[in-house]
Amino acid sequence: MRNVAAAINRRLVILIPYLWLLVFFLAPFLIVFRISMSIPVTAMPPYEPVFDLSSGWAAWLEGLRELSFENYVWLTQDALYLNSYLSSLWIAFFSTILTFLIGFPLAYGMARAPLTIRPMLLLLVILPFWTSFLIRVYAWIGILKPEGLLNQFLFSLGVISEPLQILNTTTAVHIGIVYTYLPFMVLPIYATLEKMDHSLIEAAQDLGCPPIRAFWAVTFPLALPGVIAGCMLVFIPAIGEFVIPDLLGGSQTLMIGKTLWTEFFANRDWPVSSAVATILLIILVVPIVFFQQMQARAQERER
Amino acid sequence: MNQNWSRFNIASVVLGFAFLYLPIIILIIYSFNESRLVTVWAGFSTKWYAELLNNQQLIDAAFVTLRVGFTSASIATVLGTMAAITLVRYTRFKGRVLFSGMVFAPLVMPEVITGLSLLLLFVAINFDRGFWTVTIAHTTFTMCFVAVVVQSRLISFDRSLEEAAMDLGATPVATFFQITLPMILPAVIAGWMLAFTLSLDDLVIASFTSGPGATTLPMRIYSQVRLGVTPEINAVCTILIAVVAIGVIVASVLTKRQEIQRRRDEHAVSDERTV
Repeated sequence: MRNVAAAINRRLVILIPYLWLLVFFLAPFLIVFRISMSIPVTAMPPYEPVFDLSSGWAAWLEGLRELSFENYVWLTQDALYLNSYLSSLWIAFFSTILTFLIGFPLAYGMARAPLTIRPMLLLLVILPFWTSFLIRVYAWIGILKPEGLLNQFLFSLGVISEPLQILNTTTAVHIGIVYTYLPFMVLPIYATLEKMDHSLIEAAQDLGCPPIRAFWAVTFPLALPGVIAGCMLVFIPAIGEFVIPDLLGGSQTLMIGKTLWTEFFANRDWPVSSAVATILLIILVVPIVFFQQMQARAQERER
Repeated sequence: MNQNWSRFNIASVVLGFAFLYLPIIILIIYSFNESRLVTVWAGFSTKWYAELLNNQQLIDAAFVTLRVGFTSASIATVLGTMAAITLVRYTRFKGRVLFSGMVFAPLVMPEVITGLSLLLLFVAINFDRGFWTVTIAHTTFTMCFVAVVVQSRLISFDRSLEEAAMDLGATPVATFFQITLPMILPAVIAGWMLAFTLSLDDLVIASFTSGPGATTLPMRIYSQVRLGVTPEINAVCTILIAVVAIGVIVASVLTKRQEIQRRRDEHAVSDERTV
């Protein structure tokens, strides 16, 4: 009797979150895919053929015959979309490298810090992560503006004679991404470095290995899983970033998240924005699956 | 290891934290600026905070955000804890690969995609947009963060206590509520807090899925930020930062205390055994 109850419990524990994710995470992607092949019309909802999930599978399948690839053809014809994808990938890639260059020494320094202050340092890295993303991006507007604090500061030092134009450029977007995503880079790297057995380095040095070579031969390879995890956590979400290019990048920075947003909210073209999202998802599937596999493997190792 | 904390290490830690904190500190300082010109310092004043009290739109938005945050974080904590138990304990069932994929993917999924896809779902099923659509959307992406936090606690979990309880005749449900839940509680609370702050913070998903009467605080702040930097926004941001900072610090002190208490209990048990 108790085994039956346990089996039911077990099934409920699996089924409830499973169904929730199927309905609210997976099913929406199918709908995006479906609407990306519809035709925009001025109505509500603004696409055709309209379908209603309540009319059942037969109607859904019937609708499939009316679908067209027109939106995808449109995406290849207007250079805006291709440029947005390429520039998003480039900005995300370059920002990830910058974040790594700042994040690694920080994580390394934290892992080497005296044991007593390490929890405090960890809290200090986590704290900004809990602070609103929007606020952290907003904070940079006042600093980077032509009459902003950075320019005032450089001006008073006599380094520059006229204000630098940083806000509304790609540079500002890089700064924004590095700043907001830094904790995502630091935390996984710190986690691997902290677990590292320091006697390995001492052994290498005892055997006559200079510190810098010991770092590249021992420390870095051991930290690599953390480095890869950190880079994925920055790179993947940065590609689809909207808030940073919108507030810091101005009109001249193209990023796909912003293009999708404009297509949806300003042009009210739901089918084209669905097509943009579908292509973005296809680009991201490879890194996301890789990330997920890596997480699963890390979890296996910890058992 | 202390002697290994080289000058280079100290410099990178100090510079890293300066980079992380200076912009926020500047933002807070300028919320107390007398002048409306945000970059010119004209003396200390708290008038922008007083002005907030007259901004009814902002206050309404703050209440919507809090309601969405509480509701979605609470549902997400239940669902996320279940998902974590599934991932750690039930390693063999049909569709497990798909399940773990659906738990990890939202962690890195760009918000524009999540937001757009959920909106299209709500339109397809004729669900009126408003408070509940934002809440469901937030529950969906925050439950995955809860799952990851709780999962890491469950992995390092000593199951012998559970087995003992079951041997003594406790039902699985009783075992869960009397043994398992109290032991993973710090992680569950941390998961709830994470879900809550992620919900408070979200602009993109809320903009897609919200409807009339459910404008959240980030949506309100965003529409004002687009018009330029103002001391009122600095003041709102400062309040939000203060609330979150106090919450995180209190939570970390509480969990630390609990940790110490737990270690003491475990010591007490092992001492008794040796005696």
